[in-house]
Parts: sequence; C-alpha cells; structure tokens
Amino acid sequence: MEHLLELRNVSIDLPKGKRKPPVKLVEGVDLSIRKKQNFGVVGESGCGKSITCSAIMGLLSYPLTIGAGSSIRFQREDGSEVEITSLPKSELRKLRGKDISMIFQEPMTALDPMYTIGEQINETLRFHTSLTKAEMYDTALEMLKKVKIPRPEQILADYPHHLSGGMLQRVMIAIALINNPRLLIADEPTTALDVTIQAQILDLMNELRESYDTSVIMITHDLGVIAETCEEVAVFYAGQVVEQASVDVIFHETAHPYTTGLLRSVTSLGGERKELYTIRGTVPTAGNFSAGCRFADRCEHCMEICKKAPPALTEVAPGHLCRCWLHAGEAEQADKEAAV
Amino acid sequence: MKRLSQTIRDLWRDPMGRIGMLGILLVIVIAILAPMVAPFGPDKMVALPKAPPSAEHWFGTDYYGRDVFSRILYGARVSLEVGIIAVGIGATAGYVLGLIAGYFEGWVDRIIMCIMDILFAFPSILLAIFISAVLGRGIGPTMVAIGIVNIPVFCRTVRAAVISAKGLEYVQNAKSVGVKTGALLIRHISPNVVAPFTVQATLALSSAILTEASMSFLGLGIQPPDPSWGSMLSEARSIMEQAPWTAVFPALFIIVTILLFNILGDALRDVLDPKLKT
Amino acid sequence: MKNYAIRRILQLIPVLFGISVLIFAVMKMVPGDVISGILGIEATPELRAQLAAKYGLDRPYVVQYLDWIGGVLRGDFGESIRTSAPILPEILTRFQVTAELTILAAVISWFIAIPLGVLAAVKRNTLVDRFVRVFALLGVSVPGFALSILLILVLSLAFNYFPPLGYVSLFEDPLRNLQMMILPSAILGVSISGSVMRMTRSSVLEVLRQDFIKTVRAKGASERVAIFKHALRNALIPIITLVGMQIGSLLGGAVIVEQIFSLPGLGQMTLTGINQRDYPVVQGCVLFIAFVYVLVNLITDLLYAYIDPRISYD
Repeated sequence: MEHLLELRNVSIDLPKGKRKPPVKLVEGVDLSIRKKQNFGVVGESGCGKSITCSAIMGLLSYPLTIGAGSSIRFQREDGSEVEITSLPKSELRKLRGKDISMIFQEPMTALDPMYTIGEQINETLRFHTSLTKAEMYDTALEMLKKVKIPRPEQILADYPHHLSGGMLQRVMIAIALINNPRLLIADEPTTALDVTIQAQILDLMNELRESYDTSVIMITHDLGVIAETCEEVAVFYAGQVVEQASVDVIFHETAHPYTTGLLRSVTSLGGERKELYTIRGTVPTAGNFSAGCRFADRCEHCMEICKKAPPALTEVAPGHLCRCWLHAGEAEQADKEAAV
Repeated sequence: MKRLSQTIRDLWRDPMGRIGMLGILLVIVIAILAPMVAPFGPDKMVALPKAPPSAEHWFGTDYYGRDVFSRILYGARVSLEVGIIAVGIGATAGYVLGLIAGYFEGWVDRIIMCIMDILFAFPSILLAIFISAVLGRGIGPTMVAIGIVNIPVFCRTVRAAVISAKGLEYVQNAKSVGVKTGALLIRHISPNVVAPFTVQATLALSSAILTEASMSFLGLGIQPPDPSWGSMLSEARSIMEQAPWTAVFPALFIIVTILLFNILGDALRDVLDPKLKT
Repeated sequence: MKNYAIRRILQLIPVLFGISVLIFAVMKMVPGDVISGILGIEATPELRAQLAAKYGLDRPYVVQYLDWIGGVLRGDFGESIRTSAPILPEILTRFQVTAELTILAAVISWFIAIPLGVLAAVKRNTLVDRFVRVFALLGVSVPGFALSILLILVLSLAFNYFPPLGYVSLFEDPLRNLQMMILPSAILGVSISGSVMRMTRSSVLEVLRQDFIKTVRAKGASERVAIFKHALRNALIPIITLVGMQIGSLLGGAVIVEQIFSLPGLGQMTLTGINQRDYPVVQGCVLFIAFVYVLVNLITDLLYAYIDPRISYD
C-alpha cells in the first residue's frame, strides 16, 4: 500500500430501530493520506467530517456504527496493513494513542478533571510502553518542554482546572505526540481558543511536524487554518466529499459552488473590506437529502438536472475531484483526452 | 409548557406511560367504586376467621373473619385519599412558600429556606411520626403530618424554577413594561414551574402512600376499624404463617400501587423534561 | 481542608439550633400534657402542680428550652418519665444497634447498586440494562416493611427458617449478631439500592458522554480503565451526595425494621416513647437521630471536597 491510510466507500449509520433502515450520516467517502502528508478536511458543522475521523480510530460514539461495505486501511510501522473496520478491540487499542492519536476541539473538557496532568500523560505511556516511573516522568517532562509549556515540573502536578485553554491544548498535543504516532487527527484544535492563542497552537503544530514523521489530518471549518497548515484538502458537505484537490488548486481553481461559497465567506482572505458573504439556506439534515445534488437548494447555479439526479465525484483535472453537474462535461472531456 | 391533552397523548405513546396511566386509573376506579363492587363491608365479620381464599372470599378472611378482598378495595380508598390530600397540602404550601421565596429572595428567602433545611434534616418517616405525635392518629392527622413532610421538596422545586424563570427574557420584559408584581408572579412565572411540579407531585404521591402504609403498619397512622393496607399487614403479622393470604395480598397491593405511581412519574419526567432522559 | 471543614461546621449551628427549637416546640404542642399522661385526667390540681414543679413544667417556655438544651450540650438529655432512667446512656446503647444496621445496609446497597448501575450504563439499551432498570424500579417501589413481611413469610413457609428474634451485641457474639442483623440490613439495603442504582446508571452515562472519556479511549485505554478509573471516579460525586441523603432513609427505615425484627435500636426506643407518651425520651431520640443525620451529611460534604480536586479547600 503506497498510502498510510486509505478510506474506501466509508459510510456511517445512525440506526433507527430494527424495522427502519439506518440514516446515512456519511456516505461513500474515499480518502487517501500519504506518509508525512498534511491533509485538511473542511466543512460546516454537522457535515460528517468529525465522525468520519472518529471512525478512523474506531471511536464512533454510541449509537453510530460504521456502514456495511466501508473499508479503512492503515499501514503500521512494520509495513503491515490493518483493516480498522474489522480489527478486534484489543488490536484497535494498541493502535490508538500509539500509531494514531487525536486532539480535540475543547481542551477544557478533553482531560479528566479528577487526575493530574502528569497522571494523564503517564497513562498514555503506560498503555503502550513498559517504562519505569522515573522514565515516564522524564519523558513527560521532556514532552511538555517540546510543546513549550512553562514550569513543566509544576504543570505535571497540576489538575486540568488550574490551566488555561491554550495550555491544556498544548498538553493534549503532548499526549498525542508522546508515543511518536504515524497519524495525528486534529479535530478543530483551535476553534475553542482565543485568536492569538490559535496562531500559537498552529505554529507549534507546524513546528513539531517538522521533527516528527507524522501525517496530520486537520479537521476544521476554517479555510484559513487549511491554508496555513495543509497540502491537500477535502471539502465535506452533507456527509459527502464534494471537492478534493491540493490547497493551491482549491483556493485558485475552485470548482464546486459550495467551496466557492465557503471561500467567499472567509473574511481575511481577500484583504480588502467586502460585505461578508453568506451561503443562503442551511445544511439539510441527514435523512432529508433530496434525490438530486445535496447542495441544489442552496446553489446559485442550480440547474434542472441538479434536482433530479445526484452528481458523481469526478476528476475535473488531474488530482482535482469535484461532485457537481457543472463540471460533469469537463470530466467527460478529461476522460476522452485521457483515452486519446 | 405543554398542554395537558398533549402531555397525555405523549404519555400514551410511551409504553411505560401507558401502563402507569392505565394502572393508576384502575386503582382510582377501585377506590371510587369500592362501596359498590366490594362484596362485603370492610369491617363486617362475614365468615370463619382465617379462611383461605375461596370462590366467595377471593383473598380469604382475616383474624376476625373479615373479607380480605373487600378490605383491600376499601384500603385503596384510604391510601389514595390520604396520598392525594397529603400531597395537596404539601404541594399547596410548598408552592406558595416557594413562589414567595423565589420571587422576593433576600431575607424572606433565607428564612423560608432555613425552615425547609430544618425540616429536611429529619428522615421523612421520622418527621411524619413525630408530627403525628402532636396531631394524633387517624386519617386526618396522618394526612396533615405527611403533608407537612412534603412541603420542603415542593418549596425547593418551585423556588428553583421561579429563580430560573425570572432570568428569562420575557419575564424581564413584562417587568419593564410595568406589569404588576403580583400579576407577574402568577401569570408569567407559574406556567414555568408546572412541569417540574407535576413530576414532583406524582413521585410525592407514591412516597405519601408509602409513608401512610408504613405509619399504619407501626400502628401510628390509620386506626381500626378504618381499613389501611399498612395496618392490615401489621394485623397479619401474628397469624401469617397460618394465613399467609392476610399478609400477601395487602403487601402486593401496596407494592403494585407504589410501583405504578413511580412508573407514571418516570414516564412523565421523560415526557415533560426530555433533557433528563437517560 | 481544615478551614473548609470549620466553615461547614459553623454553618451547621443555625440548622442544629433550628432543629432543637422545632423539636421542643412540637413537644410543647402535644395535646394531653405529660402530667395527665402520668396521673390521669382525674388528678387534683394540687397534685398536678406538684408534679409540674418537679419536672419544671411551670416555668416559661424559654427557660424550659434553655434548661433542656443546656443539659443536652452537657450531655444530659434528662430522664425518662416512665423509668426515671437517664436518657442519653440508653440512646447511646441503642444507637450501636441502629448504627450497625444502617452501616451494614448502606454497604450492602453499594455492593448491589454501584456495580449493577455501572453495568447498566455500559450496556445501555440491552437486555442487561433493561433488567437492571426493572430491578431498580422495584427497589425504589417496594417498601421495606412489605419486603420484610413477604421475606419472613417465604422463609418460614418454604424453608422453615425463622429469623432469630431478639438481639445479641456484636461484641458478645459476633457470629450470632451478624446472623440477626443480616436479614434486616439486607432488606434496608435493597430498599435504598434502587435509587443508588438509578443514580449510578444515569451519572455514569452522563460522564461517558463527556469529551475526556473519548480522549482516554483515544489514548488506547482498555474499557476497564475508561470505565472504572475515569467514568466511575467522576460519577462518584453525585452518587456520594445521594448516599448521604439515603442515610436519612436508612435511619427512618430502621424504625420499621427494628420493630419487625425486635431489634433494640433507637427507632424502637422512639416508637416505645411515643406509644408510652414518654416525651423526654421521644424528644431526646428525635434530636439525636436528626443530629446524626446532619453529621452524616457534613461528612458527605467533606468527602466530596476531598474527592473532587476542583473544590478548593480554603
């Protein structure tokens, strides 16, 4: 397998009782993440980006389940491949916190209030290594220094409520990186933080990435964060990937009207003062998707066909995927050219 | 606040709510119709003592030869009567005190809540027994004693709801456009406390019936010849090895009735306050 | 911690004062005064006055209260009208029985309720969960005395076993004592385990929904660590509060169970006092039980502060 992680046809179900079919919160997601790649996943809240990434760790919260026919393959350090969707729980646990780790949106609630920071870092070491107490202490201290926490000795003995959100997020990063994982999933790591702290955390993550051989999946609703940290990006809308390309292409050769809308609603990017753009309407809820394109009701370029048939995710240019009827012709064109 | 008819419809849709409603309806019907459906008078000696259940005496007869079935039907009447009136007393007093405490806050609130804390400092059955030492025994005093025990919990529920309702925008608005305080109290705040209050009342009914049965069992509550499930059980104690039916049936009725009220209370809480649903 | 404890103890003073005033006032309102209780209604006014003077009942209420509470503070709860025996030593002897009953019952209830509550939360919406919830509902609904009667009946009819009545002190014959206490305390324990179970279930479920549990799992923790080290530890706080309050139900329930199993505890003493119109005894017992209850709640609060690092001690 050339990739570190491959998602094929991943769907996530919300069961609706025994008699009714489950609601598909996420459908037909294909993603590939290379080694040392920084991959962005962007979309509005509720679009399925976070649960997709939880599924990668086998951490879907009750009552969500992974849909039939989904495949999530991960390459381990020794080069062997594992299928996460069918991995026994005990094997999955060995992966979590060691090969794949995760940072969450709310640092204030992501740590157990009952235990010291030190204990919560040590725990991660204890699950995956057989270090002695003294070694664990040294490793933890070292790691806190790497994430630039002042007075690390003191912090190890502190409880989470003693620390600010920014400090806690640094602790979370320390916990996530301490076992030198191959993949780090960062789920909106800066959303809950003050703007100044956000920049610090992103800088820290960029810096640490240099020294670790870690691939990063950055989940965010903020294209600014993507621009700053990622190489490739997938845009999620209503449980599907609607566009995927390198960051440059997404920003400059935007294909999907939804991505265009997202870009236009970002304040800082244009530089000049414009009236803030908003995409009209709201995201349809899972189970209420129309038969056609899921974005049709909100789209400025909506055509007759958009309401009738769902567009497929097609390659509009090499390495640039888009799910839109506007570009269906171009895709055909591209196919023909490829055939010739 | 949900309309009553809507609440009942929601309850009906929930299987537990349906069981609770139907069961309690049955208990109420039994209580109301006891004089008509009971085959014998509650204190008439109608057969040989300690006769086992038979076609004529479904639940057998007790130590004095009274029909256990008839006494249980009349006992439902006593249980419900005491329960409803006791909760009525506790709820009314608690409601008024809670409204006052929550609305005025400050020292009025402190005094009221201090008294409630003091009442709360007693185990409830002990407080009921203690109060009935003053009020005496029998149906009336028992109702009042259990009623007083129930005041603090209602008072706290209402006070908490009033204080949170006061922060709501529309109540603030009503105040700023000059709605009089009294009218404000009743019209704008009361509807907000209905949901927690109703749930509390249902659960309080089950505990009131339990307290009455316990007190009567101890010989302190309902006095003979009034039939109470608790006192029937207590009378059965000395003869229950020879006549187990005298103990089993009253015990089952107490258990089932309290169970039904708890089921209804739980279902009602789920319907009225979905936040709390687990 | 010390400052916090001192502050909490100081806060208790008005409540304790209120309790004593309430008890005193209630006892003064009792119809059919003590003197008629002793002498009968036919007694001559002279005799009544004599007895009133003997018990100090001719003085103003305030003086009587101060006299009584002053005695209580010095450890003198007065004398029984019936037996003239001092009340406090009797209370203390009998409290050993009630305390043993209550503590055993509480321990039994935790052993039943906490594991089952956790199990139900972890296996939510499965058959196990449903079973636990039905069991909890039954536990909440079945009154201790009805359960006692039914159990005694079943044991005697089906197994020909009669629970030993009477009482032997724990220090005299521990085995026999335990034999006597186990059934009543199990009944009391079961009767409160329903609510502890429900609280455990809902509180563990609540914690399991929180973000940090996901972090713990993401770190590679086993379910055992996630549930017992993290979820239960966090869920314990509301459970402890409830357990503190349940001690009240246990003390109340003890009144009934002691009566059924003829255990010479405080509850039985209170009841006998009420039945014999021995008001100083009733007054002393109720005051003592209320004090114990308040004290247990104080301990609960302190434990709470000890367990939760977020509550600062100063």
